[in-house]
Amino acid sequence: MNTLIGMIPSVLMIVSPILITAVGGMISEKSGVVNIALEGLMGIGACAAASAHVLMESAGLGMPSIWLSLAIGALIGAAFSAIHAVAAINLNADQTISGTGINLLADGVTIFAAQILFSADRTREFKMGMQTDKLGIYPTAYIAVIVVLLAWFVLYKLPFGMHLRACGEHPHAADSVGINVKRIRYIAVLSSGLLAGLAGGCIVLTQTIQYTSNTINGRGFIALAAVSFGRWRPVGVTFAAFLFGTAQAFAIIANNFPALRVLPTEVFNILPYVITLIALVVFSGKNYAPRANGKPYVKGAS
Amino acid sequence: MRSLERRESFTNRLLGSDGTVSVLVVLLGFLVGTILVWMVGKNPLNMYKAILQSLSGYNVDNGKMNVRYIGETLNYAVPFILCGFSMAFAARAGLFNIGGEGQYIMGLTVAQVIGLLGPNVAGLHWMLAILGAMCIGAVWGGLVGLLKAKFEVSEVVSTIMLNYVALYLSRIICLQLPGATTYKTANYPETALLSNGLFRSLTNNSMLNNGFYLMLLSVVVYWFIMEKTNLGFGLRATGFNREAARCSGIPVVKSIAISMAIAGAFAGLAGGIVALGSFRYGRVLAGMDNYGFNGIAVALVGNNTAIGTMLAGFLFGMLKNAQALMQGKQIPKEITFIIQGLIVVFIALRSAIAIYLAWRSKRQLQKEVLAK
Repeated sequence: MNTLIGMIPSVLMIVSPILITAVGGMISEKSGVVNIALEGLMGIGACAAASAHVLMESAGLGMPSIWLSLAIGALIGAAFSAIHAVAAINLNADQTISGTGINLLADGVTIFAAQILFSADRTREFKMGMQTDKLGIYPTAYIAVIVVLLAWFVLYKLPFGMHLRACGEHPHAADSVGINVKRIRYIAVLSSGLLAGLAGGCIVLTQTIQYTSNTINGRGFIALAAVSFGRWRPVGVTFAAFLFGTAQAFAIIANNFPALRVLPTEVFNILPYVITLIALVVFSGKNYAPRANGKPYVKGAS
Repeated sequence: MRSLERRESFTNRLLGSDGTVSVLVVLLGFLVGTILVWMVGKNPLNMYKAILQSLSGYNVDNGKMNVRYIGETLNYAVPFILCGFSMAFAARAGLFNIGGEGQYIMGLTVAQVIGLLGPNVAGLHWMLAILGAMCIGAVWGGLVGLLKAKFEVSEVVSTIMLNYVALYLSRIICLQLPGATTYKTANYPETALLSNGLFRSLTNNSMLNNGFYLMLLSVVVYWFIMEKTNLGFGLRATGFNREAARCSGIPVVKSIAISMAIAGAFAGLAGGIVALGSFRYGRVLAGMDNYGFNGIAVALVGNNTAIGTMLAGFLFGMLKNAQALMQGKQIPKEITFIIQGLIVVFIALRSAIAIYLAWRSKRQLQKEVLAK
């Protein structure tokens, strides 16, 4: 039992970035734009945050450097998601293609930047990452809680949230009552980029000491799966992120449990993906996705 | 007036043709990449020197010629082309196959297993391994098609999930193989290798192997199935309009499952060829090889046609082979990833061309109406 309680901080550390990214993906899909670029955007945010932190730390900025780097990661994530926004919203592009493009681009841009800044295929190590509080919990967990609550409040309690959801269900109807579909979708896609970038920064500042091409390692895709598995609802997405995050945490801490040590750690790595597949099959038939999800909105055409 | 009309129709034709747009997109990708290299204070010329060397074997700096580079470029192109076919085949049936990577990994894994444990009979051994790779690829892809057709599970999500399942499953399996350490297994017996003596002597000991023949065969098979068979017609019809295809008696559910299975077989073949052609030992994968993901770009650049995809695959093979050369000339090799990513982003943005053409014809119509 004590080991289980002792696990909680590391589970929270792993769950938080996945949850933050998944909320971003949910907001984007609620407005009708699929964002499979989450993986790449996390990488870009992580690389930006790591680089910024190393540079500011050596400039002697101290603790504020961590928070500034998180903000920089988030902003650069948002900036890159603007590519997806322009393609999907203004140019009616295929959203899967443009998302794939950003994922491929992120692989190159992040390591290219590291090569230019630090002359290596990874960013230089920073000395001090984020610090835990008295309970051993990283501040990223509190950030994740705030993000979820804020997203729930905005989406379900404010008129803006209702407009956003309307754009994802029936953009023509939303347009006919005077909602600016393009503007709302822009806000949604940019916030998903902002949150993915923030989550990337959270990963790099809590779980490692530098950015490498392996830092994100599919967690953006896990977040994407959490959106479908959570049926596009804040509660569901939170539950899914916890489930997947715990499975990932087990891959790291299975060694503490004699009964689990017989299994290869890869079994825990596979779990989130298999669970998602099974869930998609079990819940098939009823479609919970926003109805206009992934479809470009062309004014006038029906 | 006459010449103006002709010029305008030339623009229309230029932007209306898929082939020319692809060439434009690639050039634009290189242009932006070049500007980026220049902006960070490196000499873009070095990048092109590396590309020239990987393409022709000619080293500009010392004037020496080494045909090995040509062989390596061709060898790198093989998995790109086959993974491109995996994406393209599904795309023709209206499916977005991001699962090429997973199908490739499964093919690679099974080829490694048969390569290490199979019958040591010359000729039969590698053929069996390649066949196994194709079969598991087909199963991995067909599963996605089945989920899509029976349960309406989005192939985008399910393929991404299966990519990671494949990666970790491959690790579990390969760690059990003879002589397995954390990153490699024992060497294959000679009978499992795809090496080809003729190619080796022609290209100064490059890794180019029998996989090249298999790739050429696949180009013909892809073209034949797509353009000349009832199956291909049904798939393309399903891709154009699923409902119309259903109404004309084309079994849509079967079409989707079969197209994903064939797509998977192409990617599985790529995995088998890389496993037994480019390496002498089995690998315990720590991450993705990314041939499958780049296959998406290859197919998009090649407009899902047999010849177009093959040419795009050679382009990507050339870039991959140029990476090490670039690094030697102080150009970060990641610029090739950036160029590839940019190409895909620009392909997504090409929908702007349709908007532009529609806007132009509307404006022209307005002009004509006003003139009257």
